[in-house]
Amino acid sequence: MRRYLLRRLLESVVTLILVTMVVFAGVRALPGDQVRALAGEEADPAALEQLRHEYGLDQPIPVQYARYVAKAFSGDLGTSARTGLPVADTIRHALPVTLQLSAFAVVIAVLIGLTTGVLAAVRRRTAAEWAANTVALLGLSVPNFWFGLMAVLIFAIAFPVLPASGFVSVFDNPVESFRHLLMPAVVLGSGLAAVIMRQCRSAMLEALGADYVRTARAKGLGGAQVVLGHALRNSLIVVTTIVGLQLGVLISGAVVTEQIFVLPGFGKLTIDAVFTRDYPLIQGVVLVTATAYIGLNLLVDLLYSVIDPRVRVGGAVAQ
Amino acid sequence: MTTVAEPVTAPASLAGPRRRALRRLLRNPLAMTGLVVVLVAVLAALLADLVAPYPAARTDFSAALQPPSGRHWFGTDELGRDQFSRVLFGLRASVTVGLAAVGLSMAVGVPLGLLAGFYRVLDPFVSRLVDTMLAFPFLILAVGLAAIRGASLVTAVVAIGVAEIPLVVRVTRGETLRLREMDYVSAAVASGASDGVLLRRHILPNAVNALIVQATVTIPAAIIGEAVLSFLGLGVRPPTPSLGVMLASAQPLFRDGPWMVVFPGLAIVLLTLAFNLLGDGLRDALDPRESHR
Repeated sequence: MRRYLLRRLLESVVTLILVTMVVFAGVRALPGDQVRALAGEEADPAALEQLRHEYGLDQPIPVQYARYVAKAFSGDLGTSARTGLPVADTIRHALPVTLQLSAFAVVIAVLIGLTTGVLAAVRRRTAAEWAANTVALLGLSVPNFWFGLMAVLIFAIAFPVLPASGFVSVFDNPVESFRHLLMPAVVLGSGLAAVIMRQCRSAMLEALGADYVRTARAKGLGGAQVVLGHALRNSLIVVTTIVGLQLGVLISGAVVTEQIFVLPGFGKLTIDAVFTRDYPLIQGVVLVTATAYIGLNLLVDLLYSVIDPRVRVGGAVAQ
Repeated sequence: MTTVAEPVTAPASLAGPRRRALRRLLRNPLAMTGLVVVLVAVLAALLADLVAPYPAARTDFSAALQPPSGRHWFGTDELGRDQFSRVLFGLRASVTVGLAAVGLSMAVGVPLGLLAGFYRVLDPFVSRLVDTMLAFPFLILAVGLAAIRGASLVTAVVAIGVAEIPLVVRVTRGETLRLREMDYVSAAVASGASDGVLLRRHILPNAVNALIVQATVTIPAAIIGEAVLSFLGLGVRPPTPSLGVMLASAQPLFRDGPWMVVFPGLAIVLLTLAFNLLGDGLRDALDPRESHR
């Protein structure tokens, strides 16, 4: 078990180092001279040299890289070129919006995905299975940004029951927060719900045909107890993996969803940074996202090995 | 090694299994529906200049913001441009990006996957590379690229293609690992085949089925990807018609022209749905055992 954990941790660290290299190199690949952009077109060569020295840009590339990494991991991501505020603070303000939205979306996706998945597996060859399958296929084929636009069209404009935009924190006003986040969260969670439904359905079908379920039935356990206590429990492993694998999709989806519903989160920050060519902010956003993504994936893997003992045993044996 | 006595031909070089797969595909009504829709969409995209009732860029301010009618099937936008024509031209961007991005991911991903699966020494390096690429969610990658290169159709192709490379590498690597343990490969090794011959003649042809299935999953994802990027302003830029660009310009006009949101979106849904149905059918046809599990 410990060896498995150590190996996964080491792999994540190596990936993280590669990520910082890519981000660092990406900024070097930008068109134009950063120093000239800072100093203005009129600056004389001596002033440019002075600035270059101040920012450490006259140092060899490896030294610059080491400095960049050291600063980044002490929480200094530079200052935004547009607002002059620290990038770390800007990100810290936007993050809660995205976290609340994503958490809500995952809850909705798991609820919808699990219920329809179980239903489709238990009620085979009925209208319920057919309906669940159709909804899942639509969930996979309808791009979530169009689903979002249609939702606004229907629930905010044709029948104004929900607000079309804006954000209220759940800690300030839970009811208003729910009203504001319901539509974005359903939109963001819809694709994930479809994937969970499909995986849950096939995992349930396999579990329901397995020997231990037959044993449970033979012991005289009721239908619901077998389905929920035995078959579903084992299907949850699959669902955990799927949620983990879909994290990147969720992050990308959040960017689009925030753009549609005008939520002042991480995603909107990202897009605005691109349009205003705020390179320090872009660099910070990319680094934070990649780090969070690597961390979350590691967490899912660890969670996975807690739920399914075979993983850690297998991992240890493979060594 | 008893297998040496058997003929040293790769099974995929026989026409039989492929023909049987094609027959199974032709008998699948859902897959055929998908195929027809895909063909119609591709033709419409190719021949948009001929079949579109109006030029994509022609403005007509006397006919601005008209709802769908016999003259303008999908209505007109705020500049009086015919939305049906623009959807046809938009399909061109969708199909171009879809195919080009998948081509790019295959061109880079297949050789990497073959090498990683075939040479154990290279595997850790390729795996770390793939992990690093996976550490960038697709949109973040696109954001970085758009920041460096500026938003364009090529940026969209590169962003989507690069984002798909890790998946292609994984599929190819998995197939290579499986195939190199096959008896017929051992037989080819025993008869003195070089690594190049093994990879080209014996392993790659048999990995093609898995790659075809992967491509049918990837193409609709790439089409949606193009629409998303263009919608956000990171891909195709106006005035070039793209379904994503159309939706982006429709968003502020929600109240006055809801049809501008409906039709480009329906076109995307129909196209991706068709590709998904075709892909499901192909998977069933190429690997009947897998799909009935």
